[in-house]
Amino acid sequence: MNAEALAFYALAAMVLVGGALVVYSRNLVHAAVSLVPTLLGVAGLYVLLHAEFVTAIQILIYVGAITVLILFVILLTEGATGLRVRQRNEQVPLALGVCGALVVLLWVVLLRVPWGPAAGPLPPYNPGAVGRSFLMPYVLAFEVTSLVILASLVGAIVIARREE
Amino acid sequence: MIGLPHYLVLSSLLFGMGLYGVLTRRNAVAILMGIELMLNAANVNFVAFTKFVDPTFVRGHVAALVIITLAACEAAVGLALIINAYRHLETVNVDQVDLLKG
Repeated sequence: MNAEALAFYALAAMVLVGGALVVYSRNLVHAAVSLVPTLLGVAGLYVLLHAEFVTAIQILIYVGAITVLILFVILLTEGATGLRVRQRNEQVPLALGVCGALVVLLWVVLLRVPWGPAAGPLPPYNPGAVGRSFLMPYVLAFEVTSLVILASLVGAIVIARREE
Repeated sequence: MIGLPHYLVLSSLLFGMGLYGVLTRRNAVAILMGIELMLNAANVNFVAFTKFVDPTFVRGHVAALVIITLAACEAAVGLALIINAYRHLETVNVDQVDLLKG
């Protein structure tokens, strides 16, 4: 087993164990904190896939911002997230069945498709290529995303503000 | 040798986990965490396909970056909604927020 495979399996274990804790943990603070190793594991997978810029953004936004935001809201809504509150609804067996079936279906479909070899090598310096892609063919996606950011910024402030 | 199938299997497992969280949790914040897991699974797929199938224009990286940005927006608005609901209804459990139920 070479180093890449070793790193992949270690990161995969980190992602899956973290994800299981996020989903199963009764204490919501534990669930939110175990989001951190999951997201860091995904960032490690991006390193293995030579996506260094995406790794940096993943760590900055997901691990740095979203997790902290989620923790803040858990602490602000303490009365409903406490340990005495039942955290699961009555759909556990049904949900297990649906998710298992979906995963098996995804495996059957995705692993049967012949994906073919790569059409070429990755560009050597990723951030530059990503920036050029954003500003030349995908400028519409870029602009629409910035509009969405503006709208959600205003929306979040308006919704969360305490009205007098 | 780690290839595309490894990443596909891992990301579908992560997606299934996130979906399980969304379907079984009562707390809206926990549902949001499940959605984040599902978005991450999609991102792993995008980046893996970029490396193994279509590397020339790093389209998958662009898609992954857009998804990360939209996930941040969605988390901000969703958590604002949760705080607002908690202020008015004293609960964030989605099965107790039933003002529209006749």
